Amino acid sequence: MQQINLLLTSLPDGILLGFVYGLAAMGLTLIWGVMNVINLSHGPIIALGMFGTFFIFIRMGINPYIGLLFIAILGLIMGVFIYFVAVHRVINAPHLSSLLATFSVNMIIIGLGTAALTTSPYNVDFNVGSFRLGSTTILGTRLVAAVIAILFTGGLYIFLYRTRPGKFIRAVTNNRAAAELMGIPSTRILALSFGLGTMLAAVSGALIATFFPFNILSGGGYELKSFVIGVLGGLGNPIGALVGGLILGVLEGIIPAFMETSWVPVIEFGLFVVILLVRPQGIFGAKK
Amino acid sequence: MKRIFFVLTALLVTFSMLLTACQQQTTEPDEPQQQATEEVVSEEPSSKEVAVIIGFTSSLTGSQEVSSKRQVNGFTHWMNQVNESGGVTLSDGTVVKFDYKTYDDESNAERVQELYTRLITEDNADFLISPYSSGLTSAASIVAEQNGKVMITAGAADDDAYKTGNTSLFQLYTPGSLYMASTVDMLVDLDPEAKIALVHESDKFSTGVAEGIKPYLEANGFEIVLEEGYASDTADFGPIVNKIAGSGATVLLGGGHYNDGTALARALYERKIGLKFVYLLVAPADTKFPELGDAALGVATSSQWELAATHTEEEANNLGVEWFGPTGEDFATSYEAAYGDPPTYHVAGGYTAGLVLQKAIIDADSVDPEAVKAALNAMNLFTFYGGIQFDTSEEAHGLQLAHKMVVAQWQKTETGELKRVIIAPADVATADPVYPIPAP
Repeated sequence: MQQINLLLTSLPDGILLGFVYGLAAMGLTLIWGVMNVINLSHGPIIALGMFGTFFIFIRMGINPYIGLLFIAILGLIMGVFIYFVAVHRVINAPHLSSLLATFSVNMIIIGLGTAALTTSPYNVDFNVGSFRLGSTTILGTRLVAAVIAILFTGGLYIFLYRTRPGKFIRAVTNNRAAAELMGIPSTRILALSFGLGTMLAAVSGALIATFFPFNILSGGGYELKSFVIGVLGGLGNPIGALVGGLILGVLEGIIPAFMETSWVPVIEFGLFVVILLVRPQGIFGAKK
Repeated sequence: MKRIFFVLTALLVTFSMLLTACQQQTTEPDEPQQQATEEVVSEEPSSKEVAVIIGFTSSLTGSQEVSSKRQVNGFTHWMNQVNESGGVTLSDGTVVKFDYKTYDDESNAERVQELYTRLITEDNADFLISPYSSGLTSAASIVAEQNGKVMITAGAADDDAYKTGNTSLFQLYTPGSLYMASTVDMLVDLDPEAKIALVHESDKFSTGVAEGIKPYLEANGFEIVLEEGYASDTADFGPIVNKIAGSGATVLLGGGHYNDGTALARALYERKIGLKFVYLLVAPADTKFPELGDAALGVATSSQWELAATHTEEEANNLGVEWFGPTGEDFATSYEAAYGDPPTYHVAGGYTAGLVLQKAIIDADSVDPEAVKAALNAMNLFTFYGGIQFDTSEEAHGLQLAHKMVVAQWQKTETGELKRVIIAPADVATADPVYPIPAP
């Protein structure tokens, strides 16, 4: 009975956190889906998003949720910049080249970040209250973060399916050569896609910073979760990423009810391997 | 093909990150923070000057960064003071001055072993100071012992390293098994019916502290309603806090180090689970802890040293033990002037490591390692940091016997500022404990 209570208490937390995990994974899976690039700079970008919230709120006194707009724009610009500097020249090279290129960006950001910000933990002392729901406490920061993650997902969906640039992205995803023959500027679309993926990573980091302490290395764990979520939800499928994030969040919420928390990664990555063996296209399948 | 590549890469990244978590990379050492200085030329031709090189690693990055840097600051402060005052003069007129050699260990045990080997074999360090944390010290102590080098262990409380037949390690901190003893004594008076949750980081030190206090808790009639470890990199403490709430615990004893301790304190505050008392290891002893805001209020910790309860020469005289070194006030004032930050116990530990080595060289009247080791074995000393005496038995050689800890708690002053005050033992307390902690 106590475990059932604990389960019911922890489940909402897991669900809310899952939306944010999903948002982070969406950035990774979008870039992979459009240009077949595994973005290993995803983790440090998430960490930079965290620091974005820190500087905007702590140093400038701006509400972190308003600050999200700046972080999103900066993330987009940074993504486009990274694309042209590190990815564009190797976009048609073997996959290993783009992998190493983004890994280099990863190391550069971590190196500069460590030098400038150290690896000491930072904390954003921000609170929007909480309320009781049965036996559980729902934290305002997590609830708002989940709502924002859903809004970003909806916005991305509308962008991809209802706008001209979004349709261009989907066209390039399906067949880059054919899209170019139709007059679609594929280089700009690829840069835009990389920018959007980076933006999603930065925004998810900015949201995570409102409830967890962090340092420049903190993005690594979320990058790893993004890989698991990508495989769970289906590679290149943004909605699948959100659902995959939810699954991971729920697992993190319910596993501690039945066993020690140290079992969480064992089960998460066990599931990762099972999905690869049983349904490698992910639960929702890859989306073209 | 595309999917297979993604999956393979994902697996590769997963594997590499797991490897990183377990052992981290073994890159080339960084440039040392400071090169060994050349032997200082004596002004008087009749006297000889020798430079004693002290080797240690510091965690400039990684999970131990905050506390490690403070320990190193404390040590270098001692060294600068001794050198500026002319060094240590031996009876034959030899003037001993000190220098150090250090590398960044990245809070990584594998790297610690590699670097301590380098400090001994390539840099010819005469004596060693431990890295910060029991886990890193355990790794370093193996290398020190293998090479017969005296190592003063500063930020390392775990008992185990001293129970494996080592003869070259000398511990400054109160052993981990006694870390929470003063807190439990206080709880016996405050609330003998308290139900205890022991929730700690799953590392060597924190597990050792938790395991060490269990018999003492049980002997004092406390019920342990939850015992749980968590990974060092845990960020989301929500499920753990829910578990504490579900256990019916009224008092939390646990934590680990700075990063996890701050995250746990914040999660406890946000979820308002109504604990009467929260004690966390290490993190609340840091001057950065109040950055948590109201989440820091009421959180208690054990401290190896606090300025408000600093030890005095009078205390040493009453005990009939030799006094050595500056007063706590002089130490704190000079440190704050040099570093712009009030000293924590990590700083005091680093400073005292140097001070103890200095006294051992004076007592030995030599820098010969065997003579210094003998002086350390015979040492029974009192400094501003407290008592220093090492176990010389075969079973636990080097274990600290004389040093006692205090319990500190973050409370609000009349002006609403957070301040760390001493709440136990009663003879050195500067304030009454806040018990129960007021609801957020």
